[in-house]
Amino acid sequence: MSRFIERHPAWALITIIAIAVLLWLVVAVWPPGLEAAIGRKRVFLNAVLNGITLGGLYFLVASGFTLIFGLMRNVNLAHGSLYLFGGYVGYAISVWTGSWILSFVVAFIAVALVGVVLQILVFRRMEGQDLRQTMVTIGLSIVFADLMLWAFGGDFYQIQTPNWLVGPIQLPLITAVKSSGDPVYLQYPLVRLVIFAASVVIGVAMWLALNRTRVGMIVRAGVDDRDILAATGVRIQLVFVLVFALGAGLAGIAGVVGGTFQSISPGEDTRFLLASLVVVIVGGMGSIPGAALGAVIIGLAEQLGSVYIPTYAIVVTFLIMVLVLALRPQGLLARR
Amino acid sequence: MSLIQGAQLQATQPGSAVRRAISRAWPELNSPAAWLVALILVIMPLIANGFFLIEIFATTLILGVIALSLMFLAGYGGMVSLMQLTIAGFAGYMVAVIGVSGNANISMGWPWWLATPMALALATVFGTLGGALAVRTEGIYTIMITLAIGAAFYYFTNQNWAIFNGHTGINTVATPHFLGVNWRSDIPFYYLALGVAAVCYFAVQYLSRAPFGLALQGVRDNPRRMAALGFNVNAHRVAAYAIASFIAGLGGVLQVWNYRQISPGSVSVGACIDILIIAVVGGITRPIGPFIGAFIFVMLRTFALDFLVKFGLDGNRFRLLIGLGFLAIVFWSSDGVVGLWESWRRRNAPPTGTIGNRHG
Repeated sequence: MSRFIERHPAWALITIIAIAVLLWLVVAVWPPGLEAAIGRKRVFLNAVLNGITLGGLYFLVASGFTLIFGLMRNVNLAHGSLYLFGGYVGYAISVWTGSWILSFVVAFIAVALVGVVLQILVFRRMEGQDLRQTMVTIGLSIVFADLMLWAFGGDFYQIQTPNWLVGPIQLPLITAVKSSGDPVYLQYPLVRLVIFAASVVIGVAMWLALNRTRVGMIVRAGVDDRDILAATGVRIQLVFVLVFALGAGLAGIAGVVGGTFQSISPGEDTRFLLASLVVVIVGGMGSIPGAALGAVIIGLAEQLGSVYIPTYAIVVTFLIMVLVLALRPQGLLARR
Repeated sequence: MSLIQGAQLQATQPGSAVRRAISRAWPELNSPAAWLVALILVIMPLIANGFFLIEIFATTLILGVIALSLMFLAGYGGMVSLMQLTIAGFAGYMVAVIGVSGNANISMGWPWWLATPMALALATVFGTLGGALAVRTEGIYTIMITLAIGAAFYYFTNQNWAIFNGHTGINTVATPHFLGVNWRSDIPFYYLALGVAAVCYFAVQYLSRAPFGLALQGVRDNPRRMAALGFNVNAHRVAAYAIASFIAGLGGVLQVWNYRQISPGSVSVGACIDILIIAVVGGITRPIGPFIGAFIFVMLRTFALDFLVKFGLDGNRFRLLIGLGFLAIVFWSSDGVVGLWESWRRRNAPPTGTIGNRHG
């Protein structure tokens, strides 16, 4: 961090000012002039919180994508299909057993198994042929999309939020002050906050696992140079299978989260594939912290954009990607 | 590689220096099969009726032109761009927005001879800018960035009502009438599509042998060496994007004239990927590949339903068939149907191959 400030003082200053302005906007009671200019604070706060929690969901999808890419150089364009499959599995399980938690577990295992099968039967056969692997993932995404359309039809499914998570809670964020002088606090759905907290926990756990454990060390070494790693006697194929399983499983969990937040239907696979592509391009390919940063940036841009400039919201996301590519083509937090 | 070998094989016949030069540049000129295909294509309106002429052959030619632009980028430049259909769709949208259409509040109502070049120019600019963005990274990242551009454009057309009229799109787009001919009626439109496809095909064929095309292939094979030789690698790549965008734009204009409407569905991510499938299934090393791929794709799309129902399967599983076919091609042939055919011919006729090599 301090090295970043030393090397790019101007960017560091801009970042700090932006964060400070955002914090002030979130915490302070807005003066009437500001409310007149850009609307109610409640709307803004909701958009910011939606953006951050959506960022949590994007992080779950994109972290698996970036992990697989970083280690195996495999742009898994079927990642959106894994997300959607996880959502359908989670829906089926939650309808069948009525347990929300169990649907996460089963979705993780089921999608991770699909990942293991893919890695062993498909990608291992064409190792080192990046382009061919990517083509295969495109073919797989088409096949998966059609198989799921066959099995589940074109309907929208929503996974039932468990009773103990239904309803809003009051946050200690003042949205306005009534004429009587009483502060009005923000109400926000509990389930989104819980899911966001869970994705933060998963992110931190992944970071710890990558940076503090032996397996993590092997994975990081593989990201840097898989040939040398294999030469040192590590069973790299096993590592590949495990990482693919983890990445796919995370996409499966994200599917259940997405099914609870929003809904799952055909076409969502493309949406989340696009989201993870943009998140990973912005954050830096192969970097977990980059995926987290990119996910929050894209989530915020999408939600704020859809509130303040509804018909051009996607352009904001796209412009962020263009800016990053123009200034820092390797992504914000990539090392190379 | 196979391209150059093909040219050598053709150039072995005796003849004057001029004729050899011509045949080296246009290997089709002394291949009887190519003449036969050309003849069939020209007299097609005598053979096929309106449905086949437009729904099968004109559509094949249009998709083939769009896929040709991808083949040019991927085969000669080594850049697999998934946004070629997006560029084509952009050109189509521009024809609808600048020209005349049923949505009078959006369309600017320019005559077609102004709107079409304008749309082509804008599409070329759009594709070149996208390409300039994509060449900032290399190889496999190109796919990701161009796919992101394509998907962003799709969601943008869905969201935006001021220019693109949201998810309903723009309907009853006017088609050109001149020289007393309605160019959207079946036979003139077929010849229009055939003419455009032929021009694009021969242009790409010519470019692949022109200094620019050779430099581009050098950039594909070894960018660092080309840079060391003094070639501006990125400029070549961006120029390739510009050419491919123009070709894709031509395809897009034809497409919007064909369907007379355009909506976000025409530029969806699935459609972008279809173009990649067409090019890869046909064969990505030769300009004829995309047209073969497009023909297979259109035939499957049109007849898969009847075909599947006949075998007692669900007729809606057309995309499954496409996906599995694509997977099979990617698994077993690096060069699509063209590559399969080449290897089959080489296996069945080894003597002719060796004779050709000895002479060359």
